[in-house]
Amino acid sequence: MSGKICSGNLIESLQRIQEKQGFLPRDSLIKLSRDTRSPLSRIFGVATFYHQFRLEPPGKVTIAVCMGTACHLRGNAENYEFLRRFLGIRPDRSTSDDGLFSLEKARCFGCCSLAPVVKIGDMLVGKATPRELQKAISRVRESILREEAARGAGGGKT
Amino acid sequence: MMRQEYWTLMDPCCDYCLHSRDNPCAKYVVCRMRGPFCHRSVECREKRQRRIREVLYGSQGVRINIGASSCGLAAGAERVLEAVKDGLRSMGVEAEVSAVGCLGLCFMEPFIEIQSEDGPSPIYGYVSPENVGDILARYFEEGSVDGAFAIRKRTGRFKDEDKVPLLDELDVWRKQVKWVSRNCGVINPESIEEYIVTGGYEGLSRALTMRPEEVIEEIRLAGLRGRGGAGFPTWLKWKICREQPSEEKYVICNADEGDPGAFMNRLLAESDPHRVLEGIIIAGYAIGASQGVIFVRAEKPLMAARLEKAVEDARRWGLLGENILGSGFSFDVRVMRSAGAFVCGEETAMIAAIEGRRAMPRQRPPYPASKGLWDKPTVVNNVETLAHVATIMAHGWREFAKYGTERSKGTKMFCVTGGVKRTGAFEVPIGTTIRTLVYDIAGGPHEGRRIKAVQIGGPSGGCLPERLFDLPIDYESLQEAGAIMGSGGLVVIDDTNCMVDVARYFTSFTLAESCGKCIPCRVGTKALYDRLSAIVEGMSSQEDLQLLEEIGIMMKEAALCALGGTAPNPILSSLRYFRDEYEAHILEKRCPAKVCRKLVSYAINRELCVKCGLCAKSCPVGAIAKTADGYFMIDESRCIRCGTCVITCPRGAVEKR
Repeated sequence: MSGKICSGNLIESLQRIQEKQGFLPRDSLIKLSRDTRSPLSRIFGVATFYHQFRLEPPGKVTIAVCMGTACHLRGNAENYEFLRRFLGIRPDRSTSDDGLFSLEKARCFGCCSLAPVVKIGDMLVGKATPRELQKAISRVRESILREEAARGAGGGKT
Repeated sequence: MMRQEYWTLMDPCCDYCLHSRDNPCAKYVVCRMRGPFCHRSVECREKRQRRIREVLYGSQGVRINIGASSCGLAAGAERVLEAVKDGLRSMGVEAEVSAVGCLGLCFMEPFIEIQSEDGPSPIYGYVSPENVGDILARYFEEGSVDGAFAIRKRTGRFKDEDKVPLLDELDVWRKQVKWVSRNCGVINPESIEEYIVTGGYEGLSRALTMRPEEVIEEIRLAGLRGRGGAGFPTWLKWKICREQPSEEKYVICNADEGDPGAFMNRLLAESDPHRVLEGIIIAGYAIGASQGVIFVRAEKPLMAARLEKAVEDARRWGLLGENILGSGFSFDVRVMRSAGAFVCGEETAMIAAIEGRRAMPRQRPPYPASKGLWDKPTVVNNVETLAHVATIMAHGWREFAKYGTERSKGTKMFCVTGGVKRTGAFEVPIGTTIRTLVYDIAGGPHEGRRIKAVQIGGPSGGCLPERLFDLPIDYESLQEAGAIMGSGGLVVIDDTNCMVDVARYFTSFTLAESCGKCIPCRVGTKALYDRLSAIVEGMSSQEDLQLLEEIGIMMKEAALCALGGTAPNPILSSLRYFRDEYEAHILEKRCPAKVCRKLVSYAINRELCVKCGLCAKSCPVGAIAKTADGYFMIDESRCIRCGTCVITCPRGAVEKR
């Protein structure tokens, strides 16, 4: 069996880092460059080429708006604009100021028959409308805040 | 119930059966269904037959299937599954509950099917945790199939069977040919046993008894052409690769389905992953490879997980690895997750990605068949093509070649989405007309809407107007009309969609996905996008149309790879068939479909307005004010046409004009 395909593939190394840390921190890339003896420029080139990789820390929950054809035709461009406004995300950023939500455009999830589709965390919302999204996000926001409050109360005593 | 924990069809029946990974038996697969062959034992035979029935209909004789692929799960299949279990428990009914793949009837997800050997097998659509209890009670307590979408057979043993149509009589099913998708939505994709029971791996078993050249010949006779887009004859690719004098060769399964609007590969790989894997192993045998790679799109994690499970199970039972089924052929497969780039669909770019580099295509020739992964001969086939390979090897080329046209044989899966009643993935013989697919199978337009075009082949394809819907869908006819078959995504565009906006959308896609290596594509997509943006914003002149055509033709001729070479297709085809829409934007500054924001105006319909004032509150520029009589009005000079008021109005009183 050829070991070549199985050996350290740069893309898969980056995927592992991102899986662990949620994004690709600069320090990890420098370390990877040293460990694999490949130029940082090459690693940076790959990291910026693919959609999956993120160089900035994401919000607690990532909201991905599908920009596939069916979703576009059925109104996801409007949903995206709505979410930007609703979450109060500034034009040059992708994460809301409270650090709770990141908003990103995604390529097709392959659920075109449920278009338009928006993914909030791991939850897919099919046939999404601004009203539905508003409700779903409020629920998610509440549960995060509740969790944080619970943790904060527990941690406050120590 | 517990028996299956101890013995599955894959296990040895008794001490006589010696098949294992280290000691493979050539007849292992066929022996599961028709054996035992190596010893005479009525008991072992019955044990197998009993287990086969159990797999098909559950140990209690009833099996409930729930469609749980990505789209089913998005529609809430997981909660339905729990509700089914709860419902059965509360009624005291014992039945097997099984998560299966997707029937392709995505419009009615989530669905369930109640199967039993002598029952009518009703299929229910639009199931929710709330209504599933009723469905089960009606079936198990009243013996009625009322409310089902369809039944598979009439038995006369259940009430209301005559009220429900037969699945085979419905247009949506009758006009399809379930060849490669036969198991989708029927078997549990995570069980290798269920695949074996439906005849799985018999194609591989048969292929391994033939010489590789004979396998290639079988595929040639079948007339299979690549289902990924270009329609290159599969056998020819294999033959070229087989003839390369290299020790090391590779098979790559292109599961990087990135074409927005196409999801047949996801559906196939999620619903019947072993069929795809079997095709890869056969391809490996035919070309003489020892290693295969499945390159899966990262955005489709379930697809990757199910393929990985399939690889693991196949390895466990000696269908993958050293000396497969005692043939002397050794082959292994590994699943790699793509990091997401549309250009990876181009085979040389995909190879670069697998090698861990930026996915940039290179000049061809040399083609991957002679110089591919790590410069070794490589065959790149798409998921559907490979699934066809496995099916052809199991059923013979004649069965496959029965369908299709003179030059394009067999069936093809199409994903129909957009403005139709029944969205989904449908498998039809090649040569079926667009009209059959869009109107008969997908049910035609929504109430009150008119279909004006279909976009076939995604961002690389083109649009075809309604008057050409009698065109048969095959590689050549579509190409002549300015579209391509592509991977089979078919987006239906109705009168609420603007053709210029659609063209601009596709161009924004290729612009973002252009890898930037060659100038025609990198600069060309940007130039096209800028011109289209000017048109939808009412800032253009007639000369822009000529410019669009000139740039488009230049890109077709000069771009390095298919992404750039086909990027202008949506524009060129809509210019050919819908020039009037472009001209309305340019000359009259008007968007006929009222989609392009800068060219529409908003107004409040007083008959619907309830004077709640939400629109005025939500308007970001304060363009909405209360009038003396209490109604609200939009000041057009201040309106930025963001559409927020349309979204916030609870009565739909804000109208586009």
